Amino acid sequence: MSARRLNEHEARECKTEQRSYVWGFALALVLTLIPFALVAFADIERLTLWVTIGACALLQVVVHLRFFMHITLDKNKREDLLLILFTVLILVILCGGTLWILFDLYQRMLPNMMP
Amino acid sequence: MSQNNVIPIEHNATQDAQKTRHPGLNLGPAHAHEEDTREEMVFGFWVFMMSDLIIFGLLFATYVTMLGGTAGGPGPSELFEMKSAFIETMLLLASSFTFGMASLALKYREDRTRLVFWLVVTLLLGVAFLFFELKDFHTMFDNGGVPSRSGYLSAFFSLVPLHGLHVTGACIWLVALLGQLAVYGLDAPVKTGILRLAILWHFLDIVWIGIFSLVYLGGLS
Repeated sequence: MSARRLNEHEARECKTEQRSYVWGFALALVLTLIPFALVAFADIERLTLWVTIGACALLQVVVHLRFFMHITLDKNKREDLLLILFTVLILVILCGGTLWILFDLYQRMLPNMMP
Repeated sequence: MSQNNVIPIEHNATQDAQKTRHPGLNLGPAHAHEEDTREEMVFGFWVFMMSDLIIFGLLFATYVTMLGGTAGGPGPSELFEMKSAFIETMLLLASSFTFGMASLALKYREDRTRLVFWLVVTLLLGVAFLFFELKDFHTMFDNGGVPSRSGYLSAFFSLVPLHGLHVTGACIWLVALLGQLAVYGLDAPVKTGILRLAILWHFLDIVWIGIFSLVYLGGLS
């Protein structure tokens, strides 16, 4: 036989983890199809469209972290999660600052750079 | 294959609340013998991944600030095609799933056939993604979308191809791991390598979510 003989606990864990990957894939698929379908077929207001795309993207990131990267809220995994949260904090400061300063400059000095 | 080298593990209460040692799939007590070193190496790789995330995040910010800087050249709606962006997204998402299947095969199976099968499928999906991306860039070049045309295009070509470069690197790493697997078998460094590559692969898929949402869908809507 090709399979390693699994004990009862491992067999159960294997099933759970397999199901978790399938769930993750299904959720990610839905969250990808929604924004693509909206942009391709729906005729809705631009701002609503952008907010929906953004929300789907954020949710999909969470789905990937949870189901593919196994980052959960479990106490014994806090280090990984803390590192992500810290990185996000740095990103918010750096990206937010960049966008704020540059768009402020555009507004004052380079109006034709506004998208 | 043999059934003799099964590591007996007793099922008890502590196993249900098994300690997870590092990000990504944990191989668990059945692969215990090098777990201590693996914990550091995989977590270290996670730290590197997060620094990579900062680079991508700032390139995203640069891209947004350059949206208006087309300098009369072609903009997103003239350059991007929804169909190929969709194909690339699907390929990368599928490859993330197949890599997950490879990780499970590594964790739960003794033989290498299924592991190698899923790794090769992942590699093919990755290469197909790169093929479509390069085709995209080619079409963009034909339509006058070269990096030197405008600030907007410079920002685009520092963000999206950097992701493509990462995928290329990951594919090369995957080929190297397959080679190591063939030569050394499933030893500790190879297992650790697969765990780390899994993290890189899933991470690149997360970055692609940002690219298809912001660059492609944002540009086409």
